[in-house]
Amino acid sequence: MQLIQLIIDGVASGCIYGLVALGFVLIYKATETINFAQGDILMLGAFVAYSLIGILGMDYLTGFALTVLIIAVFGFFLDAVVVRQIIGQPAFATVMLTIGLGFIFRGFASIYWGTDIFSFSTPFSGKITEFNGLIISYVNLSIIVGTAVLMSALYFFFTFSKIGVAMRASSENQLAAYYMGIPVKFIFSLIWSISAGVAAVAGVLLAPITLVDTSISLIGLKAFAAAVLGGFGSIPGAIVGGIIIGIVEQLCGTYENYLFEGVREISAYLVLILTLIIYPRGLFSDKAEVKKV
Amino acid sequence: MRFIFKTKYSQDINIAKHNGDRFWYSLLILIMTALPLVLDDFYLGEISYICILSIAGIGLMILSGYTGLASLGHAAFLGVGAYTHAFLLTNGIPFYASIPIVIIVSFLVGAAIGIPILRLTGMYLAIATLALGFIAEHVFIKWEHFTGGNRGLPVPQPEFLGMSFYDSVFFYYVCLLFLIAAMFAAINILRSPTGRAFVAIRDSEIAAQSLGVNLGLYKALSFAISGAFTGLAGALLAHYIGYLAPDIFNIFLSLTLLLLIVVGGMGSLHGTVFGAIFVGFLPQLIAICRDYLPSSIGSQPGLEPMLFGLILVFFILYEPLGIYGRWMKIKLFFELFPTYKRQTFKKQKVFTKSDRV
Repeated sequence: MQLIQLIIDGVASGCIYGLVALGFVLIYKATETINFAQGDILMLGAFVAYSLIGILGMDYLTGFALTVLIIAVFGFFLDAVVVRQIIGQPAFATVMLTIGLGFIFRGFASIYWGTDIFSFSTPFSGKITEFNGLIISYVNLSIIVGTAVLMSALYFFFTFSKIGVAMRASSENQLAAYYMGIPVKFIFSLIWSISAGVAAVAGVLLAPITLVDTSISLIGLKAFAAAVLGGFGSIPGAIVGGIIIGIVEQLCGTYENYLFEGVREISAYLVLILTLIIYPRGLFSDKAEVKKV
Repeated sequence: MRFIFKTKYSQDINIAKHNGDRFWYSLLILIMTALPLVLDDFYLGEISYICILSIAGIGLMILSGYTGLASLGHAAFLGVGAYTHAFLLTNGIPFYASIPIVIIVSFLVGAAIGIPILRLTGMYLAIATLALGFIAEHVFIKWEHFTGGNRGLPVPQPEFLGMSFYDSVFFYYVCLLFLIAAMFAAINILRSPTGRAFVAIRDSEIAAQSLGVNLGLYKALSFAISGAFTGLAGALLAHYIGYLAPDIFNIFLSLTLLLLIVVGGMGSLHGTVFGAIFVGFLPQLIAICRDYLPSSIGSQPGLEPMLFGLILVFFILYEPLGIYGRWMKIKLFFELFPTYKRQTFKKQKVFTKSDRV
């Protein structure tokens, strides 16, 4: 029973990793760049939600929607104005650029909102439900349900909407998509905006658990493990990878005594390294995307 | 424009290409040697720190600037060097024996890290090194027998050649000597077949492979050599700091090293020194910025990461060749005056190289 309880907690935190990883995957699939600032965008999302809900006193759902909208627009212009300039430069340049952007966001957040730890009230805070002796908090439930809703929305968007199909086409082959009349640059900016929006959703859902401060941007680094485990090119892979990482982390935390001290904090990175060494394609990759030397 | 009229084959392999180079570099070394006569202890300490940063920068430059492999966890090598050195000194091994051991250990650690993550390219490598950096930081915290854990580890300051490391003039000379030695080693590695292979891998893995470069071997070698240089810098850093705590070797230090080589100029050894000077004086620069900003912004703790990020983004977008690139442009401007063309250094438009198969 304790095991099931742990798994439920793990799934909840894993969903957050999965959502952040989803942001990486969307951008990677489309533009072959990795956004190292994803975690910092998540942090911005949490802070904006704090401003709207905690300070301005908006209704939770309105604040939530407005936050996602603001961050999504922000993501659009981030690509259109800054990141697009270095397309064609070596991968290293993108890595450094997004790391630099992450630092700017973190610095901005601590200047604008301060370095204190904030929280805002949500309809889920402090409520729990019991089910067969299992204790499930509403916060965890909201994360799992929110992830499921978002995933199905994205699924329908990418399968049935015209823009979604255009996005998949641009990811598959930029040149061919351009010849078909798809505005590839605009579509890429749109993908950045979706991925920023997803990060904002993760940030707002996470806020009741970890509270809001600048250190939550570190989640972005753990989410790499989720993305790599899931195969870095696969959307369901990102979520499954995230959930696996979440569960592994919970289990490592509880059974720390059987392993070694402090294994919990680095378990995600250990999984990441092991995946890259043993099976770098990841679980859900359909192509051999990682070249072997 | 200077034309070098070559009359001997040995002129092709000289490190200094002409007498002008010889004159300026000798003058530079002379000035550096004479510095303790005019500067006080504080500035000598700062310059020693810049020398240490330059050595670490050479290490990362060989890996990232010349082999094209990104590493976001290079602070781990600094940590390995620093802790190994402190551990050896504590156990009574003299300075002159400890340094070679540190270099060998960091070389082996570099190879050990390099070999399993060889088959990764580009982004995956960056992510893997990032994770390794975190794991290394954690090992430094938890392996208390070796590192003292969070309590920290005092670094013994032994006598060496009858001088003490507490003497800032002596420490300055030690750092300067190691920097010059590291520079010579790096120059010679980079113009050997090994170094040429590194550059070939950076420019095109496929082309390098078809010319017979063993990608796996040379990538691992690049990691190992890079680790050795950075480990040496770590050993000197241990003396500079005096007391090792695991949180020194965090991701921020790794990113500072990256900032160093980006600002200095990717793919140039001059760049490491320029970058080290920049990074070494960055805290002072920020302090000056704080004075000029309104106090509501100037007193914020977030200013530091923000400026850090802004500088990084600025250099990546507008001066990807770094300070050294800017220096080259200015030099060429005067050499070619008045016929300098901006197009000489124009960023070439290239299509994104795809990692996909």
